[in-house]
Amino acid sequence: MNVNVPLPRQQTPKEQGLSVVDCDIHPAVKSVDELFPFMAKRWQDHLKTFGSHIRQGLADALAHPRMTPDVARVDAWPDDGSTPGSDPEFMRRHHLDANGVEYGILIPLGRSGSHQRNLDYGAALCSAVNDWQISKYCEFDNRIRASITATQEDTAAAVKEINKRAKDKRFVQVLLPPRAVEPLGKRRYWPIYEAAVANKLPIGLHLGGMGGHPSTGSGMGSYYIEEHTSNVQTMQGLIISLVIEGVFEAFPDLQIVLIEGGFAWEPALNWRLDKHWKNFKAEVPHLKRAPSEYSKQHIRFTTQPIEEPERQGDLRQIIDWVGVDRLMFSTDYPHWDFDDPRYALNSAGLSVAEKQKIMSGNAKALYGLQ
Amino acid sequence: MSREGATGTDTRAKSSAGLFRGEAIDCDVHVAVPAMKVLVPYLDDYWREAVTVRGLDRHNMNLTGQPANAPINARPDWRPKQGNPGTDLPTLQNQLDAFGTKFAILNCMYGAQALHHEDMAAAFCGAVNDWLAREWLDKDARLRASIVLPIQNPQNCVKEIEKRAGDKRFVQVLIPAMGEMTLGRRYYWPIYEACEKHGLPVGVHAGSTYRFAPASVGWFSYAFEDYVSQAGAFENQLLSLVAEGVFAKFPALKVVFMESGFAWLPPFLWRANKTWRGVRAETPWVKQEPAVIIRERVRVTLQPVDAPIDGGALERTIEQIGSDDMLLFSTDFPHWHFDGLDALPDTLSPALRKKILLDNPLATYSRLRESAPKEIRP
Amino acid sequence: MARHVVAAVGEIAEGERKLVTIEGRDIGVFNVEGEYYALLNRCPHAGAELCRGFIVGFADSDEPGHYKLDRKGEFLRCPWHGWEFDIRTGQSWFDPKKVRTRAYKTSVEKGSELQKGPYVAETFSVKVEENYIVIEI
Repeated sequence: MNVNVPLPRQQTPKEQGLSVVDCDIHPAVKSVDELFPFMAKRWQDHLKTFGSHIRQGLADALAHPRMTPDVARVDAWPDDGSTPGSDPEFMRRHHLDANGVEYGILIPLGRSGSHQRNLDYGAALCSAVNDWQISKYCEFDNRIRASITATQEDTAAAVKEINKRAKDKRFVQVLLPPRAVEPLGKRRYWPIYEAAVANKLPIGLHLGGMGGHPSTGSGMGSYYIEEHTSNVQTMQGLIISLVIEGVFEAFPDLQIVLIEGGFAWEPALNWRLDKHWKNFKAEVPHLKRAPSEYSKQHIRFTTQPIEEPERQGDLRQIIDWVGVDRLMFSTDYPHWDFDDPRYALNSAGLSVAEKQKIMSGNAKALYGLQ
Repeated sequence: MSREGATGTDTRAKSSAGLFRGEAIDCDVHVAVPAMKVLVPYLDDYWREAVTVRGLDRHNMNLTGQPANAPINARPDWRPKQGNPGTDLPTLQNQLDAFGTKFAILNCMYGAQALHHEDMAAAFCGAVNDWLAREWLDKDARLRASIVLPIQNPQNCVKEIEKRAGDKRFVQVLIPAMGEMTLGRRYYWPIYEACEKHGLPVGVHAGSTYRFAPASVGWFSYAFEDYVSQAGAFENQLLSLVAEGVFAKFPALKVVFMESGFAWLPPFLWRANKTWRGVRAETPWVKQEPAVIIRERVRVTLQPVDAPIDGGALERTIEQIGSDDMLLFSTDFPHWHFDGLDALPDTLSPALRKKILLDNPLATYSRLRESAPKEIRP
Repeated sequence: MARHVVAAVGEIAEGERKLVTIEGRDIGVFNVEGEYYALLNRCPHAGAELCRGFIVGFADSDEPGHYKLDRKGEFLRCPWHGWEFDIRTGQSWFDPKKVRTRAYKTSVEKGSELQKGPYVAETFSVKVEENYIVIEI
């Protein structure tokens, strides 16, 4: 992008002979009553009267407003003006067809049951959102897959929901929020991992959550750039907790996907974990291997937002340190920091075979697609 | 006069000039308050009586996260025979002799920075600074120090800076990496104004007052987790300083990150640039790419070296940082990050080693330049 | 170089735009304070349809906490990552030399002159009494 000529039009993945699995697509409701068919009346009434009760000052808006309406690409609004991601027909045309997506995995955000302080309401929302994904999206287009949302703070309810949904193979993972009330490696959450493993489901951890902690160890930043970036440190915290608490010792078959956090920061974190393990070994005798080994064997990353180093070759170096097998392509459609499959990996210095792994092969293997 | 070597690994170099022959500035050395009673002579009547009547001295004010006996806190050969690590001058002097250090900057991470009572904090921080001057700086001409700031109240910090500014052996101020607010906030700007005025870099050192969970994911179970996650805390603070416009508002101000590690820097810089290009309009006073600002205004002490020394990852990382000016030599004495005298990886080029050891610290600390002997001034 | 008629004057109001396709290129035509500009509708960053973004002013500041909006209506924010481009030149704000999209020479021509040719007007019949926006490709 350092040339004074227009960006050449790239071939679509299809034209390049590449298949695409998009591991991060965000659906949305046009209006909240889309969920009602999947909620008992008691909860419909609750939603209409009391609504969301979360660990944030604003009831509906975000306390760090984004830079575009509804966090979205300005060009992703369906023709009827409803919010981006809320129209499956538009999504199919504008994204799945246009970008040659072979499989797209839904990550529902917003109105999330997993954020709710009222745990019973949260469980009802999660269940409704799970039904809604299938009914509105997966039934509409058989390229689309879903994620099981669950109330991590009520592990019994979460386990119940996971066991209920696992039989429907259109659910490819369990989705939990990184910012929970406690770090997700803590033992109180382990029943969820047990259920996921028993059902052969990976756990997807997509940016977000409202566990009640500020975005940094010194409180909240003022600006969106800080909030947006702080999600990287959240992902770092997740790896730290999952690894050091010994989750992977307890659950050797557990697979984790970190979604929308990028990945270039991971090598530095692994080095840091390994270096300081020497000094802290006696505190964590349950760890039998170097921390980075757990990370490398159990944690994967979606690629968006793709890193953009200044020097040619640095992205390739990072990918070598992380490992081609641990990366899975994602677009984050319809959000503003979207990665286009025609362009996103072009400066990574990948061979065709490596590119194919990242764009679809790794995700197909992990999620059992095709 | 020979000094007794420390127990364990022998850090005495063969030459009496030490490993670096006087051409090294150690930008992060820890001293610790052995007990509150050493501070009492520097308190006024009110606080002196409070210490006794309220039993403030029943506990030494140690910060959470740095247990005195934990391995990270002291290398075996740097533990004094008696007392806590960092409390014994001869042990430190042996280390300085072994390395051949010209100057060492003392950082005293003291628990007064975690109190809630602003004025109590100010009294004790003031006492620590007095104690540092009398018991350390007066006793070894190599020693310099950071002004321990009562960070709870910026006006109290300004008072303390004004009080110490005349003593040129105080070369920077000391703030813990995690406090009550992100460091870029305008609440703290009086401190930065005073620092800029007096040529004092803002030293941000690993450590937390634990006003909040150490990370956005919550309260980790283990000190190991807290320690590793500190790098992320520095990233948050760095972005705060840039986004809030601290570097725009105070054009001569420098910031030094201590015991932060630095391998996290390249992906941080890339991401900051990428995001800024699109969200610039929210903070229109940030007129240059964040990476440009950071390379110019922020420095990082060397230890812990958090990229592997073997296999070239360290060199790659430094190249990716995109600047040879940012790293400042440090041993982080008495913390345990390396063995023997292996503080500065010898896989680095001689030119870079000299920059790290001497040129970068001198360029960063104007007060060091003033007191440097002619032969090592740039 | 071929001259293409893309719109009649009056068709694109001030502050508005029209998206056209000429010789296989997607182009956005903008009316900035009565003057017309044409940009390739592809962001040099990652291929977004740049010309669908918000038309904005330039947010500037004398110091932290101070905000002003200059050059209203002169910039385009890419609809994806929000990079800012000067509509008149196609240059990005943050790196005008290296990051830019193509800007096409744009002029207003009388119908009577145009009729003398040569020009391409795929979707227009050119009337003598009208004026037209012409882009050179």
